[in-house]
Amino acid sequence: MKCWISPARLRRLGVAGINQRNGVYIAEHNERKRYPLVDNKLLTKALASSAGVAVPELYAVIKTHRDIRDLDRLLRDRDSFVIKPVHGSGGSGILLFDGKDDHGAYRLANGRLMASGELGHYVSNILAGAYSLGGRPDTAMIEQRVEFSPVFEHLSYRGVPDTRLIVYRGCPAMAMIRLPTRQSNGRANLHQGAIGAGIDLETGVTLSAVWLNQRIDEHPDTGAAIADNAIPDWHTQVELATRCYDLTGLGYLGVDLVLDRKYGPLLLELNARPGLAIQIANQEGLQWRFRAIDRWLATQDGLPPASARATWFLEKGLGRWLDEVRRMGR
Amino acid sequence: MKRFHLSILVCLLLVTVSGIFYYKAKVLQYPLLPISEVEVWTVEAKVDFTANADSSVKATLRLPDYTPNFSTLDESFISRGYGLTTQTVDDFRTAIWTQRRPAPEAQTLYYRTQVIRDNRPVSEQAFPGAAEPPELDPPLQSAAEALLADIRSRSADIDSFSTLLVQEVNRSEPSENVAAFLTRTATPLERTQLIIDLLAGARIPARMVHGFSLAERSQNMHAIPWLEYHNSREWVAINATTGEHGFPPDFLVWWTGNEASPLKLERAQEGRVNWSVSSSYLDAMTAATQAAEKKDMGGMLSFSLHGLPVDIQNTYRILLLLPLGTLLIVFLRNVIGLHTFGTFMPVLIALSFRKTQLLHGIALFSIVVALGLLLRFYLEHLKLLLVPRLAAVVTIVVMLMTLLAVLSHRLDIQAGLSLGLFPIVILAMTIERMSLVWEEHGAADAIQQGVGSLIVAAICYLLLINRYVEHVFFVFPELILGVLALLLLLGRYTGYRFSELFRFSALSGPSGDGR
Repeated sequence: MKCWISPARLRRLGVAGINQRNGVYIAEHNERKRYPLVDNKLLTKALASSAGVAVPELYAVIKTHRDIRDLDRLLRDRDSFVIKPVHGSGGSGILLFDGKDDHGAYRLANGRLMASGELGHYVSNILAGAYSLGGRPDTAMIEQRVEFSPVFEHLSYRGVPDTRLIVYRGCPAMAMIRLPTRQSNGRANLHQGAIGAGIDLETGVTLSAVWLNQRIDEHPDTGAAIADNAIPDWHTQVELATRCYDLTGLGYLGVDLVLDRKYGPLLLELNARPGLAIQIANQEGLQWRFRAIDRWLATQDGLPPASARATWFLEKGLGRWLDEVRRMGR
Repeated sequence: MKRFHLSILVCLLLVTVSGIFYYKAKVLQYPLLPISEVEVWTVEAKVDFTANADSSVKATLRLPDYTPNFSTLDESFISRGYGLTTQTVDDFRTAIWTQRRPAPEAQTLYYRTQVIRDNRPVSEQAFPGAAEPPELDPPLQSAAEALLADIRSRSADIDSFSTLLVQEVNRSEPSENVAAFLTRTATPLERTQLIIDLLAGARIPARMVHGFSLAERSQNMHAIPWLEYHNSREWVAINATTGEHGFPPDFLVWWTGNEASPLKLERAQEGRVNWSVSSSYLDAMTAATQAAEKKDMGGMLSFSLHGLPVDIQNTYRILLLLPLGTLLIVFLRNVIGLHTFGTFMPVLIALSFRKTQLLHGIALFSIVVALGLLLRFYLEHLKLLLVPRLAAVVTIVVMLMTLLAVLSHRLDIQAGLSLGLFPIVILAMTIERMSLVWEEHGAADAIQQGVGSLIVAAICYLLLINRYVEHVFFVFPELILGVLALLLLLGRYTGYRFSELFRFSALSGPSGDGR
């Protein structure tokens, strides 16, 4: 495989670069005053629940160092939970716990044990802003840990695979599933070593996958084939993601969903500056799809309802939409 | 609309910059290169005379005013005991020395001027109007007419006409038309005067200019006459002996007109003017500033940084380079795609490298950051709160720098002493950020970004120590507006970054061309 790609070819593929994302998509479609809605995970959660979008249950919020003393009491009845900074970004500062040992130490999902005092220090770091943008004081939240659906069991190594959808002007544009590996330490972050697999928007079937910027066919830890896995409840997930646009009004939005064993698709978090790795996972650029959405929206009267937007690509078939805008783009 | 607005703004900025730059570089002749020296001639006119006994005396000296190819930097007078005024008499700049009761002995006055070469055209070139033909006796009149008619038939324009006329008058075997005017022993001055009269007969204005060649640089110089005629666009110098156009090399015109001497005396005798010329080299910037003070039209100079006290000038020499450093960072980050710790940290590090030299700077920086990181990892075990931890890192950095300074002094390594110039808080933040990246993304990422920052700092440093760059930005600070224009343009750059050509390389596979 070649280790670089020519700009002309990238342009032909419709790949959006980071400058394009910041200078065009974010600058033109995301109003700054709406950022707090997605940057503050508590706000997002409240907003989503009030709109009927399913989210993981919130167990507790820790606002001050005083609250840390109550940590053990708050977690007395919980074995399995997640601690997150409310203003964290890029998945940093998130710890997953799945049990306790006999001495009251908390067990992390990767098997490590964490004593109560150690956890308290960790939370106080969150409060001091160690994981928030610009180091501002933050709040920690404790929420339900998602029991991920067994359909993905053979495709992930410790950790929860999540689905990322890019919603452009309220219409789903591209999707991928992020599969944790041994190298990513259970995290679903591509540059930390998780696998990104593209998803066919129309069918919800996984496509080719990329791991550490290389194309792969099998999961490096489990050996299972990655492509051609159908994601259950796909259309529910797409519609759920689509509705997040109505919650936030952000025209370039990243929606992270997880499929819970019991509760089905849950909204994990929203992102006002979603990254571009999704293009590598899908082996395709975002630009043509965005243009197809622009074209489709131009033919509609006002903003169509979420259910119609969630299936915009079915009207003609995504392939035909893309062929059309590519022809015009040249 | 936004794009349109931006392009107008950028164009405006660029036009302003190039306008000011052109004015300063071409008109005021500010030097573009850091070491450029210009030759400065000091010309001293020594006026000697003997005053009459028991009477007031007045000496009038014509001063250089119309000086093609030269500009004046400075002038001064030495006139012990005399009252001095400079005024314009008959359109000529003149110095007038007066004294009521001079001692009845030899008097000496001095006028000194400093000039530099200057290739701008002289501004006063207006056509003075056609010359009045001189009134001549009938036989001379007809000789003149015959001579002029002959030359007119052989010449094409005023320039060739005057050349031919000069050659005709100076022939070793003069034609009879010329011989009617001149004796064989005529002085150059008389010949020049004849040429002026004959040119006037053809209604061409001509005049004598007096001066001397600075190239000789001697003590006892005398003015020689030269001829100038007006070709209806400008005054053209011509050699009154050979008919060649132009002045002798480095010819300084002192006065114009028919007078044989620039000096006029009242109630004094034996007046004499001698010139001496010496030359020296002057820093081009100083010369340009001095010359510009004499001809600056727009008041541009009142905004010059050269008026500031020297230590403040040095601060601004560095400050003015900062925008250039930030431009480089913007380029390296947004067009190339390099990652650094902290947006402008590398520029600040680069500025401190200016004092420590590059290799020492990199070594010291690496030592401090490496030791700081070690201690920072130890602090991690103590589970400190964020702000006290940051403060502790700052303290550790100060401690490390002090230790290194003392140690390097003991070991006689001079470079270690310049360590105190590193921005401490920036170092502390670098250590803190690096340790966070180290923990979250692993050592590889942290070291990669650290090395990236150092590389960017080194590139910045190489740009900032460039003497040419520093000089140009200090002499032409308006270039900052140009930097601003480029920054605005880069702010709207939405193309790919160089690093993205590698990041997206996985898309170059066979099926990558879309489905």
